[in-house]
Amino acid sequence: MTRTHRLAGRRTPAWALGLAGVVVFLLVLELAPRLGLVDARFLPPASRILAALAERLRTPELWTALGQTLTTWGTGLAISLVAGVVLGVVIGSVSVLRAVTASTIEFLRPVPSVALIPVAVLLYSTGMAGTLLLVVYASFWQVLVQVLSGVQDVDPVASDTARSYRFSPLTRIRTVVWPTTLPYAMTGLRLAASVALILTVTGELLIGTPGIGKLLGIAQSSGAVESMYAYVVVTGLLGVAVNLLARALEGRVLFWHPSVRGEVAA
Amino acid sequence: MTGVLRVLRSVLLTLGLPAVILLAWWFTSAGSTTFYNPPLSAILGTFRETWFSAPLGESRLAVDVVPSVLRLLAGYGIALVAGIALGVAIGSSRALRAFAEPVLEFFRAIPPPVLVPVLMLFLGIGDTMKIVVIAIGCLWPVLLNTVEGVRGLDPVLRDTARAYRLGLVATLRHLVLRGASPQIVTGARQALSIGIILMVISEMFAAKDGLGFSIVQFQRGFAIPEMWSGVILLGVVGVLLSLVFRAVSHAVLRWYLGYRQSQHGGA
Repeated sequence: MTRTHRLAGRRTPAWALGLAGVVVFLLVLELAPRLGLVDARFLPPASRILAALAERLRTPELWTALGQTLTTWGTGLAISLVAGVVLGVVIGSVSVLRAVTASTIEFLRPVPSVALIPVAVLLYSTGMAGTLLLVVYASFWQVLVQVLSGVQDVDPVASDTARSYRFSPLTRIRTVVWPTTLPYAMTGLRLAASVALILTVTGELLIGTPGIGKLLGIAQSSGAVESMYAYVVVTGLLGVAVNLLARALEGRVLFWHPSVRGEVAA
Repeated sequence: MTGVLRVLRSVLLTLGLPAVILLAWWFTSAGSTTFYNPPLSAILGTFRETWFSAPLGESRLAVDVVPSVLRLLAGYGIALVAGIALGVAIGSSRALRAFAEPVLEFFRAIPPPVLVPVLMLFLGIGDTMKIVVIAIGCLWPVLLNTVEGVRGLDPVLRDTARAYRLGLVATLRHLVLRGASPQIVTGARQALSIGIILMVISEMFAAKDGLGFSIVQFQRGFAIPEMWSGVILLGVVGVLLSLVFRAVSHAVLRWYLGYRQSQHGGA
C-alpha cells in the first residue's frame, strides 16, 4: 500500500502536481462565483480578475506605483540592514554594551511598528518618510536580533586564537566574527525583506503614501472590485519575487556554508 | 555579600538604560511647547485619565482595549488550530505537499494588510471581519512552519511508531505534534506579531471601537498627548503579549530546550 503510493508519488513529478494545484485553485476561483456560491460582486471569477490585471499592466500608473513601492521597500530595508549589522556587531562584540542594552532591546522589539502610524502621519503627512519610519522600525529589529545571536555564536577558541595572535579588532571582526555572523545576518535579511514589504503596503494603504497599496485602497473605496483584486495579485507576486530574491541571495552569499552546500548535494 | 552585589548589578544593567532614556525624554521634552511633541509629564498625566477613567467598566480600557485583545486572541486561536491541522495533513503527504505548495507560496507572499479591504467587501466592518482578517493573516506562518516541522520528523522515529503499531491519535500526539513543536512555536511567534499588526490596522481602517481606532481618533482630533498615551499603551500591550507567549512557549518546549542543552553539553 505504502510502496505503491510512494511509487505513484515518484512517477508524477512535483512540478506537475504543483501545476495541478494552481489549475484547481484557479478553477475553483472561476467556478465559485459563476455558480453563485459566492457573490460575484464581491469575488469576480478568476478570468475577470486576470483580465483586469492584464489591462492594469498596460497602464503606466501601475508601473509608477510599483516603482514607488519598491523604492520605499528597498530604502527601508537598506537602512535597517546597515544599521542592524553595524549596531549588532558593535553591541555583540562588547559584552558591557550587550548587558546594558539587552533589556531595552527586549522591550522595544515587540512594540508593534503600526503604533507609529499616527506619529508618522503627524510628522510627515502622506510622504514616503512616514512609511519609511514604519518599515525601518519593523525590519531593523529582525536584522539586529539575528546579528546579535550570530556574534554570540562565534567559536570561543577561534576568538581566543585571534586574540593571542594579536589580530586588530577590525581584522578580528572581518576574519572571525563576520563569517560566523553572515548566515544569521542573511536569515535576518530574509525575514526583514518580507516584513518590510508588509509595512510598505500597510503605510500606503493607511497613510496614503503613493504606491500599489494606495492604488488598492482607491480601487476598493471606488468600488472597482476587479482592479482591487488585480492589485492584490500584484502585491502577492511582489511578495513571491521578494522571497525568491532573498533566498537566491542567501544561496549565493553563503555558497561556502554547510547549510547551503547540504541543500545542493541533497 | 557578593550575592547582593550581583543582584544589584543585574538590576542596574536591566533598568539602567531604560531609565536613562526615559529621563532624557522627560527632561528634553519638559519645557517643550511644540505641538506634536508634548512633555512626557503631560502624556503620563493624560494616560491615567484617558484609559483608566473612574468606573472601570466604562473606561476606555474596558470599552476599547479589551475587545481589541479578545478579537486578536479569537483570530489567533483559529489560525493556530487550523494552521496546525492543515499543516500536519500537508506535511504528512508528499503528494499533497507538492500539490499545494505553489498556491500556498503565493498566498503567504500576499502582504496580510491587503486582506482588510478585501474582507470588508464580504463581511462589513464588524467583529467578524477583524477576527477573520487576523485568522487568515496568522494562518500562513503557522501552516508553513508546521509543514516544515512535520516534514523534518526523524524517519526512524516514524518507522518505530509504525512498528509498534501506535494508533493514529497516539502517533499524532507523541510523535508528530511533539516533534514538530519547535517549528510550530516559531511559526506561532511570527504569527503573533502579524496578528497584532492586523488587530491595529483593521481598526484603523474602519471600526467603531478598539485600541487602533481610538489612537487614530485622537490623532485626527489633534489630541496629541492622548494619542501618545495610546501609542505607549499599544507598545505595552505588545510587550505583555510577547511575555505571555514566551512563558507559554517555554512550558511547551521544556523537553526540547533540555534536550538541546544535553546535546550541546555532551558534545
